[in-house]
Amino acid sequence: MSAFNAVDEEREIDRDEYTPGIEPQPTWCPGCGDFGVLKALKQALPEAGKTPEETLCVTGIGCSGKLNSYLDTYGFHTIHGRSLPVARAAKLANPGVEVIAAGGDGDGYGIGGNHTMHTARENHDMTYIVFNNEIFGLTKGQTSPTSPKGHKSKTQPHGNTKTPIRPLSLALTSGATYVARTAAVNPNQAKEIIKEAIEHDGFAHIDFLTQCPTWNKDARQYVPYIDVQESDDYDFDTGSRREAQEMMTETEEKLYEGEVLTGRYYVDEDSVSYQQQKQDIGEMPTEPLAERYFDDDYDWERSYDLLDRHK
Amino acid sequence: MTDDELIWRVSGGSGDGIDSTSQNFAKALMRSGLNIFTHRHYPSRIRGGHTYVEIRASEDDIRSRGDGYNFLLALGDSFARNPKEDAYYGNEELKPLSENLDDLREGGVVVYDTGLLDEEDVAELDLEARAEENDWHLYPMDLREIAKEHGREVMRNTAGVAATAALLDMDLQHIKEIMGEAMSGDLLDANVTILEDTYEDVKENTEMTHDLRAPSGSYDSEQALLSGSNAIAYGAIDAGCRFIAGYPMTPWTDVFTIMSQNLPEMGGISEQVEDEIAAAALAVGASHNGAKAMSGSSGGGFALMSEPLGLAEQTETPIVLVEAMRAGPSTGMPTKPEQADLEHVLYTSQGDSQRVVFAPGNIREAYEQTRMAFKIAYDYQIPAILVYDQKLGGENTNVDVEFFDRDPAPDLGSTLSEEELREAAHDDSGKFQRFQHDPEGAYDDQFKEGVSPRSLPGQQGGRYLASGNEHNASGHISEDPDNRVAQMDRRKRKKEAIREELDTEHDTQQTYFGPDEAEYGILTWGSSQGAVKEAVDRLNAQGHSVKALSVSDMMPYPVDEVTAWLESVDEAMVVEMNASAQFRGLTQKELGRFGDKLTSLLKYNGNPFEPAEVVEGFEANINGGSTEDLQAQVRFEPAAGD
Repeated sequence: MSAFNAVDEEREIDRDEYTPGIEPQPTWCPGCGDFGVLKALKQALPEAGKTPEETLCVTGIGCSGKLNSYLDTYGFHTIHGRSLPVARAAKLANPGVEVIAAGGDGDGYGIGGNHTMHTARENHDMTYIVFNNEIFGLTKGQTSPTSPKGHKSKTQPHGNTKTPIRPLSLALTSGATYVARTAAVNPNQAKEIIKEAIEHDGFAHIDFLTQCPTWNKDARQYVPYIDVQESDDYDFDTGSRREAQEMMTETEEKLYEGEVLTGRYYVDEDSVSYQQQKQDIGEMPTEPLAERYFDDDYDWERSYDLLDRHK
Repeated sequence: MTDDELIWRVSGGSGDGIDSTSQNFAKALMRSGLNIFTHRHYPSRIRGGHTYVEIRASEDDIRSRGDGYNFLLALGDSFARNPKEDAYYGNEELKPLSENLDDLREGGVVVYDTGLLDEEDVAELDLEARAEENDWHLYPMDLREIAKEHGREVMRNTAGVAATAALLDMDLQHIKEIMGEAMSGDLLDANVTILEDTYEDVKENTEMTHDLRAPSGSYDSEQALLSGSNAIAYGAIDAGCRFIAGYPMTPWTDVFTIMSQNLPEMGGISEQVEDEIAAAALAVGASHNGAKAMSGSSGGGFALMSEPLGLAEQTETPIVLVEAMRAGPSTGMPTKPEQADLEHVLYTSQGDSQRVVFAPGNIREAYEQTRMAFKIAYDYQIPAILVYDQKLGGENTNVDVEFFDRDPAPDLGSTLSEEELREAAHDDSGKFQRFQHDPEGAYDDQFKEGVSPRSLPGQQGGRYLASGNEHNASGHISEDPDNRVAQMDRRKRKKEAIREELDTEHDTQQTYFGPDEAEYGILTWGSSQGAVKEAVDRLNAQGHSVKALSVSDMMPYPVDEVTAWLESVDEAMVVEMNASAQFRGLTQKELGRFGDKLTSLLKYNGNPFEPAEVVEGFEANINGGSTEDLQAQVRFEPAAGD
């Protein structure tokens, strides 16, 4: 008998279940792209068959970090840049829980960049949504790791001399097995991509363009956008790392030329998740570790039985 | 040093197998019925560089490395570089001999490998003259040649052990037994041949001039030889810890390795990750989802853990961290012990510190206090830290096997089941009230004071938000002043309740030595305990009236116990391995007085205290602070006044 009966519960799920009964309205600025992520998530989760209590939404710090304040699942609002190490261990301790991590571009590509790289290469079965608005919003408009070259802000008064991070290429080369870009202005595609990411068996990285109407007024609103899967101008195989890389490079460059390309870029259909690989080599239990602490009959191993090597 | 003890030092270079040779010899001595205490000295280097291990063996209840040593097996450093006297690091080739002579006691025995130690260089050490002066007994032997004859050059360690056994009149039985357990086939045959031939050869052809012989002893019960790192790992395993995350760093790596090698067989999980920020954050994430989890590091890595540690405090996520101190600041001396991270561990991370810190003083305490750390962490939803050092982590001593024969304690502490969650309070949004202001009333005192029980993701009826921001009962971000004060006060209440529980419900974790009515006191903490214990025995035997208190509870501090003890003595000297008297400072801060009673004895040269240094320090103390007789690298500090 499971101690976690929300896991794999089969029932009809109402989209409204994800909206808090108290304070249902997020406090983001009017016109903020973050609303788009929240809305897409609330649609994707029930479609993927995930209930609020089998879902853990782990966030970093910034406007995006408030996501789980407005999404009525289990939530862990962590510290700046560290949502991924918290999230992936949560997944390992109880793999039945659906884990979604989220944060901004400063969170995932700046202060937490090392964790992004390493969580991707481990290929945990989880979804990571990066709210990419090319700016530090909550701290009032400083240049971020994805701000374009030349971007002027209070902390870069003469313009940004740094090359912006290439989010899709970073995820791909780090080892993510599902890489996509979507935009808040494209709600239907966003929902579909999040759903695919949840269903993907491995680390799914979504670079989610979320316009900041308050602090990045100069930036485009990410319209019009082009879906690379639907456009006749682009034809590439999302199963090919090489072709995906080329398409990503083009997408990343075009963003700064004013053309917003979105869609799925890389999907490894043969992905084997980290937990599965660990289980295959005997380094992770096949039953969720968390269940064991509720099993009164479990015969716990003792150090006393390890002492032969010391005698 | 008494006559009936052996302190055997085997020296050579890193990578020459000094560790495994000494480990096996220590086991053989233990099996012959002796108590064992080992000390490891090594450089931060893979190949070459001066390294030694000391094994102290005695029938007596020994608690430290002892003073100096009486038998040297100098094996030679096969990876030595720059064999010149004026090189930055001196003549490395000669170090297995030259670096060790100062600590060798009168009447001591020296076996050195002429195969690797150049005779001309040795001649420059004036070894003969010094031997005469100190009544040392020199036995140069070409161990390398003996090894080569029967097997491979690397087996010279075996030849050295055989020579040791022959000169000490030891039986080979236990040594052979252990070799048989560690190897097989041709390798075993070659080693046994070298062992037996060398032994016979030394017995027959060497004129023995020394008096030292192996002591003998016997036990009432079966013994196991293990290190502080083993004890911490085993305490964690018996507390039901099945998740560890870490990044390699000396000397914490030992605990991480032992856990990683054992957990898979036990259905546990070990994660080596990108950095220590991630390591501590993983422990938080695993615990949040229902595992008993730990992480750890040494000073520099622990600094990176500051933020996740604060997150665990603020979200009331139980975790256990271990901090294996080494000499700092910065990279400091990576393989040398020091007790200078106390303040770091107590206060690192922003905001008011909300944690438990224990500093075990010996191997048994390391095991017990690791179990206690998990119990307190999970009952009270608070991070618990074990702070120890390179010395305790690396030294081996024998412990009764029966000591470990006890029930595991895998309880998750203050965590609700789904059934209990149905009865618990929820807000109008259906969210579980995870952080209630008055959990005592809400749960009829079912949980510890100040503790609001938690749910786990995946449980029905348990959803809530955990946040590093200040939060209300459901976990939502709140900056309301009344809520802030209520939450801070509740978390503070937990710490007071922990002190109360430690004082009243368990045996004290502080260790007392010497007669109750003694006039003088020695106060210490952590791994300096052993040297202090032996010093107290000696001082009392010399007619002084001294007792000692070794404190383990660093936070919350055992105010009542230490106050009562300090009131009972005229003066107290605080012994610790750092330069700024951190524990004395903590004691004065916590107690708010005794400034005129507390003096300090400090050592920070990279080597732990020897009992004789504590004895000399004490004599300086009672002589009004005259430090003339103190060794240059031990510092005495007078009382600061109240």
